[in-house]
Parts: sequence; structure tokens; C-alpha cells
Amino acid sequence: MPRQQVRGAPDPPGPPQLPSGRRRRRRGLPWLGGAGPAGGTHPPRWDPLKVTPGQERKRFYQNVSISEGEGGFEINLDHRKLKTPQGKLFTVPSEVLAIAVATEWDSQKDTIKFYTMHLTTLCNTALDNPTQRNKMQLIRAAVKFLETDTVCYRVEEPAALAELQRNEWDPVVAWAEKRYNVAIGSSTSILGPNIPASTKETFVSHLASYNMWALQGIEYVITQLKSLILSMGLIDRHITVEKAVLLSRLEEEYQIQRWGSVEWAHDYDLCELRARTAAGTLFVHLCSESSTVKHKLLQD
Amino acid sequence: MAALGSPLRTLRGLLRELRYAGGRAGRPYRDTPAYQHVVAAFRAHRVTSEKLCRAQQELHFQAATYLCLLRSVREHGALHQEYHGKGERSPEEVAGLVGFRLPQQPGGKG
Repeated sequence: MPRQQVRGAPDPPGPPQLPSGRRRRRRGLPWLGGAGPAGGTHPPRWDPLKVTPGQERKRFYQNVSISEGEGGFEINLDHRKLKTPQGKLFTVPSEVLAIAVATEWDSQKDTIKFYTMHLTTLCNTALDNPTQRNKMQLIRAAVKFLETDTVCYRVEEPAALAELQRNEWDPVVAWAEKRYNVAIGSSTSILGPNIPASTKETFVSHLASYNMWALQGIEYVITQLKSLILSMGLIDRHITVEKAVLLSRLEEEYQIQRWGSVEWAHDYDLCELRARTAAGTLFVHLCSESSTVKHKLLQD
Repeated sequence: MAALGSPLRTLRGLLRELRYAGGRAGRPYRDTPAYQHVVAAFRAHRVTSEKLCRAQQELHFQAATYLCLLRSVREHGALHQEYHGKGERSPEEVAGLVGFRLPQQPGGKG
């Protein structure tokens, strides 16, 4: 039975009065009438990208577009501007990178799968810098990988694998030594190769010529491939992504050739590594280039 | 330089991947900024007077890298969907695996 409204009921009590006559302020609850934190009263902003654990985020936008702002290029999901996980505005310096990020968002079908959006993740890392490392720390972390570089760490047996490593990895090491004028070498001992300090300094000064964004990308690629030399081969366009991933997974490929491939593990890992490495390489190139088009006139 | 193959092949692959990735209802994949940028970039850098043009090589490498990215993301998603996408089984299904049925408890559990 519906409750009947009582007519003539007294009004609900107003805000409580303190003995001194002062009104007690309701703090920090803007939608209940109190003043929020300094910045005026406005309702709490709904962040569409906050995910409750265990639930997938549905695609809530129709159109993805790019616009140019003050700090660079921004991504618009319908009318909303994309933000980083820490709340900063998502701006990228390169238009091509913005187009690629927009394509990532546009290619999400019903649910948003953040784990497939590698370029977005890289941009977020560059913008937020969650590990709060400065340029020198990033470079040192990257060069540290040289001591346990995959292509320098050799086995002695089985003999077929040792030979495969020599045939496939020696050319890349030789290329790096020639290109950077350093001595690297390879080793079969458990301690790894002995890298001279001058080699490390050469790489440190070479990496210092890249800007902060490109360095985030370089460090990401090195972490994925577990090899500084292969990453430099990619950055210098000496090898393709597929080749770099193959060289990084050489022992696995050898075992696959011997024992067969398990699709849900081997191919899965291969595709994921290729995707991440390709994203990192593209990110580095797009962040460290500046392109101009020169139109030459045909001269007779 | 990296062994990249022919630029035409890279372009065809890129357009195919963009066709798979894009295209919401009402907006054909040809209207997306990515498609238009790729086509414009390949057209603009087609003609060069030099035999071994460095800028052309760099652009081709970038295109090949992006193609690798799109292709591997799609393949990874397909593999994930096929092998790892089913999630957990419900308690009824788990019971059914060994031939049991969960009891009907109208008052709720416990």
C-alpha cells in the first residue's frame, strides 16, 4: 500500500547551528552542498577508463579523432579528450604517432583490451614516467643489459645449437662492433662476456643523443628482446622486427624445429613479442625523427 | 640495410590489416586517418631521383614495422580468443565434468 503523504509535517531541520551561531561547514562533499577542495564546487568527474577489477571496459565511444593542441597532438574519444592513467592530458609530439594511437583505439571492438594497445601504453609511460627515472638512469639501465646480452651468451652443447648461434649471432655482433667501433665479443662462461668499460661509455654517449621519449622506447625494446645489440640493430634499421625477434628467440626456434611447435604457447609468445617489439621500434623512430619533404624540380 | 622486400607488398599488407582493424558500421575503413596517411605517404615518396634513397628506405622500414605491429596484434588476439578466451567454468559446469549435479537449495546456500 502506498504511503500517504502527511500534510502539515514540519520542515526538516536546517543546517545545525553551533552555540556560537556559526554554521558548521560540510567539508569536501560538493554534491551535498558543502564546499569541495579549493577549486570551487563541481561534481566528481566520472573517469570512463577506471576499471573495476574483474570487469572489462566496454567501448563507450563511437568516433576517435585527432586534434592539435598546444603541447602536441591529442586524441578525442567522441567529445572527450584522452588522459593518461595519472590524469594528465594525453599529448604526443608526432602526428603519425597520434594517428597510430587513434587507430589502436578505433580497432577495439566491443570491449577495450588494454593489453593489445602497446603504443598507447608506451605513450602513457613516457608522459607519466611512473618509475620516475631521469635520462641518465634510463641509459644506465639500458646499457646494463649488455653484460648479459642474449647474443653474447653462448652455449657449448648441443653442438648444433652452438653452431646455429655462431652462424646467426656472430654477424650481428660483428656489425655492432664495426658500427660503433667497440669491442664486444661473446662468451660461453656462466658469467657472460667481459665488456670493456670503453664499450659501455660509447653506448652511453650514443644513447644520450636520444630524447627522453625515444629512450623510454629503447629501454622497452631492450627489455623485450633481452639484448642491447639486437635493439640497436633495430633502431639503426639493420634488421627487421621479425628477424630481431627470431634472433632473440633462437634457442626456442631451435627446439621448435626439433620437437614441434605448440600453437597456444609458442605462437602466442611469438606474436606477443613481435607486437611489443614492433610497437617499441615504431615508437622510437616516430619520437626521434623530424621529417621534411623536399621537392626537387626535374631538370632537363 | 634490412631485407624488406618490395614496397608494394608492404603497402598491400598494410591496407589489408587496416581493413581488418578498422571499419565501424557507417564509417568505412577508407575514411580513417590511418588509411589516408598511409596512402598519401606512399604516394608522396614513390618517386625519387636517387638510386638508393635513404628517406625512402627509412619510410619503408617504418611501414614494415607498423605492418608487423598490426599483423601480430591481430594474430595474438585471435590466438588469445581461441585458447585463453573462455574464462573460468561455472560451478555447475565443473560439477558436470565429473558427473555430479549441484543440489537445488531454494533457501540459498548454507
